[in-house]
Amino acid sequence: MAVMNVNPTRMELTNLKKKLVTARRGHKLLKDKRDELMRRFLDMVRENKELRREVEQAILEANKHISVARSVMQGQALDVSLMLPKQELQLDVTSKNVMSVNIPVFEITKRSARDSDAYSYGFGFTSGDLDDAVESLGKVFEKMVRLAEIEKSCQMMSAEIEKTRRRVNALEHVLIPQYTDTIKYITMKLDENERSTITRLMKVKDMMLKEQIESHKFQT
Amino acid sequence: MYKMAVIGDKDSIYGFACLGIGIFPCEDEAQASKTLRELAKSGYGVIYVTESLFELLADDVEHYRDLPLPAIIPIPGVKGNTGIGMRNVSLSVEKAVGSDIIS
Repeated sequence: MAVMNVNPTRMELTNLKKKLVTARRGHKLLKDKRDELMRRFLDMVRENKELRREVEQAILEANKHISVARSVMQGQALDVSLMLPKQELQLDVTSKNVMSVNIPVFEITKRSARDSDAYSYGFGFTSGDLDDAVESLGKVFEKMVRLAEIEKSCQMMSAEIEKTRRRVNALEHVLIPQYTDTIKYITMKLDENERSTITRLMKVKDMMLKEQIESHKFQT
Repeated sequence: MYKMAVIGDKDSIYGFACLGIGIFPCEDEAQASKTLRELAKSGYGVIYVTESLFELLADDVEHYRDLPLPAIIPIPGVKGNTGIGMRNVSLSVEKAVGSDIIS
């Protein structure tokens, strides 16, 4: 029994009853929110894992090509050929509201639409492996952006789920039992008071009757 | 309007320059941490970090975890895949569900 420290009065009772109704409503809503968040989160995490596997594989592939290129070409020549990119990216960030979590949506705009602008060097003095590396990175790039978006969303949603879960548990296991127990306590206390008033009244009535009877006897 | 960046050792990240992503070579933890903070402040929406550095920068990454931006994403470097990226995803699941149910 977790009874709150309140006066057992009728006013307190009505207040508590109102609070209990609100708490129950809030609990139900939060529980629904948690369940829906969880459903979406699990879908997202599955996609996240899948994407991550693909992206990691592709980047490893690209890195292999770069390593080969680095061993074939002179290090400085390689650095120089990649130093001045032709392509430039801009990232548009909008946000999407999923169950009151604002998850980011990334969209990229390239300065030039041609894929060939990824190659910032002449083909004359560079290794073919460098071209392969650039090509494979270019292919995986869209997935990388999607990965960033979804991974961030997963992180934010997991934080929100944790928060919601705590709230649901606090309502379910602390607040609502506290309210119901206190309401029970107050009703019992009020009933007890009523009973004691009744017995007192009966006692008083008895005494008065007795007195009257006795005075009646005395007169006759 | 935001930009994208890659932080990591030189060999791992130079390839990304050709895609138009900003590259920020960092060798040690202190430098990387400083770069990360500066980038986060100056309008970079997505920051890819190589896994080896990501591990060292755990504290800084934690700081940005619950903020909407920037998204800090680990990617494998030339030295290979340490699996921290996947662990990171599992960590989110663990945080949300209580245990890693998708493995």
